[in-house]
Amino acid sequence: MAHLLEAKNITKRFGGLTAVDNVSFHVDAGEVVALVGDNGAGKSTLIKIISGVHKPDEGEIFLNGQKIHIDSPIDAISHGIETIYQDLALAENMDVPSNIFLGRERTKKVLGCINVVDYEHMSSESRKVLDRLDIRIPSLKANIRNLSGGQRQAVAISRSIYWNAKVLIMDEPTAALGISEQKKVLELVSSLKKQGIAIIIISHQMYDVFSVADRIIVMRRGIKAGERLVKDTTSEEVVSLIVGAESVEKRSQ
Amino acid sequence: MAVERTLKDARFKYISPGSGGFFQTSLGRFSARNWALLFLILMIVVFSIGSSGFFDIVNFQNIIHLSTGAFLLAAAELLVVITGGIDLSIGYVYGLSSVLGAKVMQILYAGGAAGMPVWQVIALGCLAALSVSILPGLANGVLITHFKVPPFIATMGMWGICNGITLFLADGFMPVMGAPSEINAIGNSYFLYIDPSKSISFFTKPSYITQADIRSILRLVPNSLFLSLAVLLVLGFVLGRTRFGKHTYAIGGSMDAAVRSGIDVKRHLIMIYVIASFVSGVAGLFNLFQTGIGNYTPSGANYELMAVAAVVIGGASLTGGKGRILGTAVGVLVLAVLENGLQIIGVSAFYRYIGVGVLLTIAVIIDRAFPDLF
Amino acid sequence: MRTEAAKKTNNLPEMLGRNWIALFIVLLVAFFSLVTRAFFSFDTVQLIFFNGTEVFLLAIAELFVIITGGIDLSVGFVMGFATVASSKLMVACVALGLSPFWSILAASAVTLLIGLVPGLVNGWLVAYLRVPAFIATFSMLGVTHGISELLTQGVPTKNLPALAGDIGNGSFMYVAPGGVISFFSRPQVARGQTVLAIIPNMVVLSFLFIFLFAFILGKMKFGRHLYAIGGNIDAAIRSGINVKRDLIKAYVISSLFASLAGLSYVMKYITGKPDAGANMLLEAIAAVVIGGASMAGGSGTVGRTILGALVIAILETGLRIIGMQTFMTYILVGVILILAVIIDQVFPNRNR
Repeated sequence: MAHLLEAKNITKRFGGLTAVDNVSFHVDAGEVVALVGDNGAGKSTLIKIISGVHKPDEGEIFLNGQKIHIDSPIDAISHGIETIYQDLALAENMDVPSNIFLGRERTKKVLGCINVVDYEHMSSESRKVLDRLDIRIPSLKANIRNLSGGQRQAVAISRSIYWNAKVLIMDEPTAALGISEQKKVLELVSSLKKQGIAIIIISHQMYDVFSVADRIIVMRRGIKAGERLVKDTTSEEVVSLIVGAESVEKRSQ
Repeated sequence: MAVERTLKDARFKYISPGSGGFFQTSLGRFSARNWALLFLILMIVVFSIGSSGFFDIVNFQNIIHLSTGAFLLAAAELLVVITGGIDLSIGYVYGLSSVLGAKVMQILYAGGAAGMPVWQVIALGCLAALSVSILPGLANGVLITHFKVPPFIATMGMWGICNGITLFLADGFMPVMGAPSEINAIGNSYFLYIDPSKSISFFTKPSYITQADIRSILRLVPNSLFLSLAVLLVLGFVLGRTRFGKHTYAIGGSMDAAVRSGIDVKRHLIMIYVIASFVSGVAGLFNLFQTGIGNYTPSGANYELMAVAAVVIGGASLTGGKGRILGTAVGVLVLAVLENGLQIIGVSAFYRYIGVGVLLTIAVIIDRAFPDLF
Repeated sequence: MRTEAAKKTNNLPEMLGRNWIALFIVLLVAFFSLVTRAFFSFDTVQLIFFNGTEVFLLAIAELFVIITGGIDLSVGFVMGFATVASSKLMVACVALGLSPFWSILAASAVTLLIGLVPGLVNGWLVAYLRVPAFIATFSMLGVTHGISELLTQGVPTKNLPALAGDIGNGSFMYVAPGGVISFFSRPQVARGQTVLAIIPNMVVLSFLFIFLFAFILGKMKFGRHLYAIGGNIDAAIRSGINVKRDLIKAYVISSLFASLAGLSYVMKYITGKPDAGANMLLEAIAAVVIGGASMAGGSGTVGRTILGALVIAILETGLRIIGMQTFMTYILVGVILILAVIIDQVFPNRNR
């Protein structure tokens, strides 16, 4: 069976620098793949290629076995590939429904011709998606500014899910959170997984990686340095893949 | 739809110098960096060719003399703009200082009847005006640092308050008369009076020349130039060579970094706003010495905005951390020469309002296009 | 974090803190009523709104731009330009032989159209050339000031059709003794009888526009997008909002309201001059900030802005009635402006 998302032989060069060098990977529905690696290892570039920010110089991307062209973020989103960046892209001065529907507000007609924002509809839809993901937010009318970091993350995730994300890419989802908040976000990731969403997580935190991911892809200097199933590996092994110690050992042997 | 590309377009891509071309050459970079100076020279050349009255030592001294107030206000604004703030109250502190100084002198002098020596009247008037002009700055600084009121709002509120107090002192839109006439002589006299082949005198005109014939002799270096030069040198030194100056730029560059590196940012900002206010007070006093009467700031005079314009044309950035006093002086001269030149070649002076607008926008667009140049 | 439950258990001081403008207006009215008997009357209310028309309109003009995180310094002189343009056009139309009514209508329509141009240029400079709003709109202040001065050459426009003044100083509805009601024109009554005039025309006109744009801001997609732009421009761009187009629209609306203020001025005072709105910038911005908007953008509503403008209008008319001079207004507006920001910091979340 074809993978939900598969990238084959992706290469991206910036001038003389090869940021991503012939990398292939895939992710299936209901699977969490962690993308790890040192700074400058090419994780972000790879992610930006999938989400349409960069165009690859070489390589192909397949969705359910069908070759797709991602020329812009719009293309990525229309294929159901949503990316949540670290800054979350929420308008802090606005409430939850306004953010979930930001730029895609539902309207209804008043007097037959005037399009008015349908706040009630947006509100109930938001409530539905939050309930579906088991996210608790005290008041939908609370401005994002008054929510905790984990709740903001949850709102950003709900927005992607509401707009039918099949593949969710998360850039350091727990980086700016407290311990208990981190746990909640990881629980949320697990519940998304159960609902059949394919998730790619970029993370520096080995704890996160080992608690939610099924598979780990290690990037180093633009190449795929290794791929391990979580159940078959240890964090020591992953760390040594990240820093390249293992290959040094192998060579010296 | 979500568009990283549009984001980039909006956030990072603007008129860029482009690759290669004139603006990559050293001459191109020089002209972009000093466009205001080049424009000033160009204007002087054009006005000199366009009219007979412009290129004349008397006219040049006139331009400098008349732009003293504008320069002082711009210098005050520069200090605040470097810290990343803005002071909208300076134009009305200017009026307050002028009116208050005149009022005190008027009362003490009482048309010469009070018996107090004239120099004492003048000194007390100046003292009153200068000490009061510190207060709006102090209030601005405290509101901004301790009450977290944005500079725009704090100084705008202070604009209203100073304007109100000034109008109260001016007794309902009347210029304040009755200061001793000696102040005029100080404000408008020159360093050097030369009557060719007859006499040379310093600071005062030769006694045999009447005020009506004053134009027949050569007068050099208006006293006001010393005031401007003093402000230029002191601020140039303070901003460029002292710790205080370095801290001022540091605060404008990054408030957080300044706080973390141990600068007492609150104290520093209060001092900046106090100095700005004080320099505006000096400017107001100069206005009193120049005209002999206390002038309130008319509504719509926009002195503070003109000061911002001069500062920005002179290469400062409203986001802070950038700007030099020499650039500001050039900015003031650009505006002054524009006004004077248009008048002399007989174009309606109203074009200068339009000119200021256009120049200001050009200044910012150039600043945006060459962010690393200045 | 503020929860629904916490909101319900708000204590009294906090509630007062959040609604302090309303409280302040009540105090102001009480103060002026105590000082002069004449203050507390229906006529005074009408007078406050009549005198304050331009402040209301300019405050709304400023609000649309401040929500996006910008500032429009040009509103006062765009208003001045509109007074000059419309009054000149009226005189010209009458000279061409048009009837006063059609002259006024044509001149007003054309002025509102021309009045969109400063906003278009401001918006274009801000959105496309990334000129800071402060600079772009100050430049426009200079340009509109210069053009107005060139048009008038220092002489305020005169000889407007008398009908303009009739409209500007007339009321929407009149009630003559005996219950005779007429619209727009004052009924002829016997000497000594008083006619009750209800709602000045200019107030009706202004509030038609204000309600329309309150609806657009509060209920339509465009309005929400403005809040999003002011709150987080990156998020707005990434969520597909056409930020550049919306920014231009905001500045055009600002310019439109400034022009409306100019029209209102011409009709009321039957003259046009470049500095007609010169001293109103402070009041316009003050009204918006007193109404709880943040200069950083993303907040502020038409309703609260009108309350803010009302504070200023009550002060102005009230001080005039009790015989205080204008200087008091300036001082008080300045003080209230600063206090408004401080109070909002003590009681955050006063509004969206």
